Amino acid sequence: MSTTDQTDRSRDVSQPLDNLGPDETLKAKSDYLRGTIEHSLLDEITAAVAGDDAKLMKFFGLYQQDDRDIRDERRRQKLEPAFSFMARVRLPGGVCSPSQWLKLDELARAHGGETLRLTTRQTFQLHHIIKQDLRPVMRGLRDVLLDTKAACGDDTRGVMCTVNPNLSSLHAQVYALAKQASDHALHRTGAYREIWYGEQREPADGPEEPFYGRTYMPRKFKIGFAIPPSNDIDVYSQDLGFIAVADGGALKGFNVAIGGGLGRTDQAPKTYPRLADVIGYVDAESLMATIDAVMSVQRDYGDRVDRAHARFKYTIDDKGLEWVTAEIERRLGFALAPARPYTFTSNGDALGWVTGEDGREHCTLFIQNGRIVNTSERPMMDGLRAIAEAHEGTFRITPNQNLIISDLAPEDRPAIEALLKDHGLDEFESRSALRRNSMACVALPTCGLAMAESERYLPDLVTKIEALLDAHGLTEEPITIRMTGCPNGCARPYIAEIGLTGRAPGKYNLYLGGGFHGQRLNKMYLENVGESAILEALDTTLGHYARERRPGERFGDFAIRAGYVAEVEEGRFFND
Amino acid sequence: MATMEHPGSIITTDQWEMVSGLTTSLTHDQALWISGYLAGLSHQARSPVLAGGDAVASTPPTAPAPAPAGPTARVVTVLFASETGNSRELATSLAQAARDQGIEAKVADMAEYRPRTLKDTQDLLVITSTHGDGDPPQTAMDFFEFLEGRKAPKLPQLRYAVLALGDSTYEHYCAAGRRIDERLAELGAQRLVDRVECDVDYDDDAAGWIEAVSRALAPSAAPPGPAPAAAGTAAAGTAPVAVPAAFDKRRPFAAAVLDNVVLTGRGSTKETRHVELSLEDSGLTYQPGDALGVVARNDPALVDALLDQLGLPGDTPVTIKQQDTTLGDALAGTLEITAATPRFLDHWAEITGAAELQALLAPEQSKARTAFLQRHHVLDLVGRFPAPGIDADRFVAGLRPLQPRLYSIASSLAAAPDEAHLTVSTVRYALHDVPRTGVASGYLAERTETDATVPVYIQRNEHFHLADDDTPLLMIGAGTGVAPYRAFMQEREARGATGRSWLFFGERNFRSDFLYQVEWQALLKHGVLSRLDLAFSRDATPKTYVQDRLRRHGRDVYAWLEDGACLYVCGDAAHMAGDVHDALADIVAEHGGLDRDGADDYLAALKRDRRYRLDVY
Ligand code: SRM
Ligand SMILES: Cc1cc2nc3c(=O)[nH]c(=O)nc-3n(C[C@H](O)[C@H](O)[C@H](O)COP(=O)(O)OP(=O)(O)OC[C@H]3O[C@@H](n4cnc5c(N)ncnc54)[C@H](O)[C@@H]3O)c2cc1C
Ligand SMILES: Cc1cc2nc3c(=O)[nH]c(=O)nc-3n(C[C@H](O)[C@H](O)[C@H](O)COP(=O)(O)O)c2cc1C
Ligand code: SF4
Repeated sequence: MSTTDQTDRSRDVSQPLDNLGPDETLKAKSDYLRGTIEHSLLDEITAAVAGDDAKLMKFFGLYQQDDRDIRDERRRQKLEPAFSFMARVRLPGGVCSPSQWLKLDELARAHGGETLRLTTRQTFQLHHIIKQDLRPVMRGLRDVLLDTKAACGDDTRGVMCTVNPNLSSLHAQVYALAKQASDHALHRTGAYREIWYGEQREPADGPEEPFYGRTYMPRKFKIGFAIPPSNDIDVYSQDLGFIAVADGGALKGFNVAIGGGLGRTDQAPKTYPRLADVIGYVDAESLMATIDAVMSVQRDYGDRVDRAHARFKYTIDDKGLEWVTAEIERRLGFALAPARPYTFTSNGDALGWVTGEDGREHCTLFIQNGRIVNTSERPMMDGLRAIAEAHEGTFRITPNQNLIISDLAPEDRPAIEALLKDHGLDEFESRSALRRNSMACVALPTCGLAMAESERYLPDLVTKIEALLDAHGLTEEPITIRMTGCPNGCARPYIAEIGLTGRAPGKYNLYLGGGFHGQRLNKMYLENVGESAILEALDTTLGHYARERRPGERFGDFAIRAGYVAEVEEGRFFND
Repeated sequence: MATMEHPGSIITTDQWEMVSGLTTSLTHDQALWISGYLAGLSHQARSPVLAGGDAVASTPPTAPAPAPAGPTARVVTVLFASETGNSRELATSLAQAARDQGIEAKVADMAEYRPRTLKDTQDLLVITSTHGDGDPPQTAMDFFEFLEGRKAPKLPQLRYAVLALGDSTYEHYCAAGRRIDERLAELGAQRLVDRVECDVDYDDDAAGWIEAVSRALAPSAAPPGPAPAAAGTAAAGTAPVAVPAAFDKRRPFAAAVLDNVVLTGRGSTKETRHVELSLEDSGLTYQPGDALGVVARNDPALVDALLDQLGLPGDTPVTIKQQDTTLGDALAGTLEITAATPRFLDHWAEITGAAELQALLAPEQSKARTAFLQRHHVLDLVGRFPAPGIDADRFVAGLRPLQPRLYSIASSLAAAPDEAHLTVSTVRYALHDVPRTGVASGYLAERTETDATVPVYIQRNEHFHLADDDTPLLMIGAGTGVAPYRAFMQEREARGATGRSWLFFGERNFRSDFLYQVEWQALLKHGVLSRLDLAFSRDATPKTYVQDRLRRHGRDVYAWLEDGACLYVCGDAAHMAGDVHDALADIVAEHGGLDRDGADDYLAALKRDRRYRLDVY
């Protein structure tokens, strides 16, 4: 096994900035993410901020976007694009209190286009915020102890945690650690307080970023905690995943999985989705130390020349899993114990009411693609506000963009049930199992990278697929379907049994063969095709599945056995 | 061979008929022979046929086209359109390859490229990718729209080649590249080498094309001397037809509408349009600051409604200023039939003998009269106080002639030759629940779809002309008042003028009403405009207007005036002009240490020196 000094250092942080990608210089020269943001916010000539500031603001969970529906119209009108900002809240494990909900609801109505968006990493996004409203929004969040730190940027993203309502006590223990991990791995720059809260810059005692330094991480870094048997967080898609190991109700430690990541680019074979490898087991006590060890390896050895090759997954495939594991253990000062056995059964949500082991009640609502908005037939936003006003427990946002009204005393259940009914939020089973297991990313009109529709299109497509399911008698068969508007994979389409990624307006790649509980990547079956081709292909494969599946066989497994696609054993071979 | 199109002005229609007539009758070998024969002839004869493209299919596409007149060394423009950077990269290496050949080459991004400079470009190498669903990259949309639109100039002097980047898994493979290639040929430009379409693994194909292009460009490859035939025929295509004595108010020029877009974005409380008119072949010229007179016609619906009320057919003969015409034509084109004048009120009171109208005639009733006329236009009077069996001549006798309307010209001939741009705010209102529009603004908004023509003339406006190149400009405008400043900036940019300039612009909402926003941003970026201050009255409380912005920056404004700045105020006469004047007076008083009288004198002096100019309406 090679050692540190023998490995190639030509592309990592050890190099002078000139040898690295431009973003490294930007970060280094930004004075710990301050840049010229203050100045950009004052510029009255444009609703946008300077290009570099837009990049820096991502570290504060803020994205500059524009309404792509009217981009061309405004170009003709000699008006700049309709710029606005998206704010992504930091909400470890997706747990939020009713008072926090009410504040988010208020901010969304006042500054966020009267809509809230639940994300695939268990948090809220507010869209359509104009530049002048950013500070009010950030301060509003502060009032309820929320922030948007590191919700994006080259640092640790929102930390995920299985919502698992049934195992109440274990969830409580793991959630507490997830929250601690999020705070622990957070950037420390004072820029956030200065820019958004208007506080004075304090004379730095010691380094401003003890862990990150001036150039932060090479790229985003994602951490998640799974509590078997649920793999709702898709632990294998995380840069660093922890699989809880418990004894009875008591948490013992975690199996450690490293190197997950889904982002890829079409026609760029060097980019590929990759599932994490389980490298061993650590006791709960060593959790923070493990996070530091793993993150610091990526911080020090990650590729800072080419951002398309900068995620941890590529560092691992470049250096080799053993080498990386050894380096982690070297930094930990001890060897990881062998991984403990565990089993996952699904990466979906169980909708409806469940009673936890502690007798408390939880209700999981299906929120299609996480979009919370009032419509004439379903006043969803009003309904959830009413519930937040009455509710005394918590809310939990699931990794499948759904919502749990959590932790009710049994006697409070009727009141909540009535509110759900009044606002048309009580139809849990009315949809097909496919729809209940569907996810779509935001895409158009806000996402700047979208090449095709996703959130606004998947529901209609599913309706059309439901007709096929009925015909083949598969309406109640749980099958995961996930769509994204581009290959970046925000709705984790590459681990769905049916995956769709946008290529251009109305055109998608179709993937089949993903593992039902997130254990296997799918593979491209059709490239760059329109709706009719997609429906035709699904009609054939689903029909075949209905006729010839073995007892309990999943659609994803069948697609491989029946030879529609080859099994992808490792991300590196995804594009073969 | 029968399916050939006329290649454009490169060859006259007659010549073309001969060529195509001949070629359609040729066998392949005959065509070959003739092509060789023609190729042997002098350049005079050669270029038009080559420009026929497939007319002589066997001619190697790499055959160098004749260089245009003029001894000056050729400059190659490498023009790229890129979304994800591939085309950009290739453009740079192509330029390098050319330079290695000793050829002067400059790289330009379609995003910033001014399409009009195509006219004076000799060699153009285009590299474009395709995006969306067969579209060019977003940033190239404007360029494509221009090139494919009716404003695109003929380009006989241009030699070009196109490299198309694409992805063969897409339905419209390399569509953008193909479009440019075909369009340039259409415009008479001459293809240096065939278009190459490359897939996502473009390296080799691109390299091959670059190779071919630089070979074709190599100075040795370019045959010497001008191409009279080409030049000649091209000129014939564009030469201005002889025009009679300049057009004027009485004999307006029928200007073709080139473009007519709403500038105000969604959710605006206003409708302000950008109208581009063609002055081509009119011989009309203007200076920045001049206005365009628009001779509009009344809304046909209003004419019908009026005829209806009167109970008179449109073809009733009438005489106006000793001219015989019909009532319908008179109401449509020669008479003002919207707002009623006091004179018409008299007239109508007399005809109808209506007591209510008569009562308003008394001198002491003037206030009531004005108020009444505000709410009762001609249509309303005729409707409410009918005059059954009225004689047509008697009716029109009360009306005044329809006046042309003036619009500040928002463009400069230096930037947009043969064009005049207007910034028009559409007048819309309802009276007695009947929706109405202003005559001219309504005509421009609703009755001039592209391809229509608008009768126009130039209204000189010396006092508002642009000060000389190094005089600092203080430009103050609200709403459409910004129009002439667009002309000023275009002119200064074209002249490379170095004087400072500062614009104060006011409207209602930033998001929807920031007229010409992207143009001002670009002018600032390029330093043509030095400073821009905005007042959007409905975005903030308390409401802020241009005069408030002036006050806020009073010290600097005064400094500019002391530095000899020329002050322009344009737009709304009712309020803005006065409020701005007061603000200026206060500023001068405060920073010049003067009392109000002193300040007024200071401003009066400015006016005398023609350094404080107004164009308000
Ligand atoms: C909101 C969300 C999708 C959703 O419908 O829920 C989302 C939305 C966006 N993602 Fe994502 N990503 C979201 C989860 C993901 C996931 C799934 C996950 O993390 O479990 C992935 C795949 C896993 C991974 O990271 O590999 C993901 C991979 C990306 C990538 C590709 C990264 C890569 O390594 O190639 C980008 C583009 C980039 O970063 O360059 C991206 C970028 C974006 C941006 C911010 C576009 C941009 O950079 O301008 C999208 C904002 C759209 C909008 O208008 O809201 N997003 N993004 C998810 C927010 C999660 C959160 O709360 O933090
Ligand atoms: C030098 C100069 C430059 C100009 N430049 C520009 C320019 O750049 N852009 C521009 O848009 N305009 C400009 N104007 C103004 C322009 O000439 C016209 O006056 C304007 O467009 C309105 O003309 P119209 O024929 O559309 O409306 P008209 O038919 O003249 O209608 C206006 C009349 O409608 C009636 N009216 C309007 N609203 C109401 C109401 N609510 N209730 C009852 N009656 C009502 C009133 O009688 C009013 O006088 C300029 C004017 C001048 C003199
Ligand atoms: C969203 C999107 C849409 C595209 N659509 C097309 C298309 O319709 N036809 C085509 O030939 N290529 C298409 N392409 C491929 C690009 O043209 C190709 O990747 C090219 O190399 C990009 O060059 P550039 O980096 O200069 O933009 C598309 C690419 C993207 C990302
Ligand atoms: S997958 Fe692509 S389109 Fe969808 S949200 Fe992510 S970046 Fe945007």
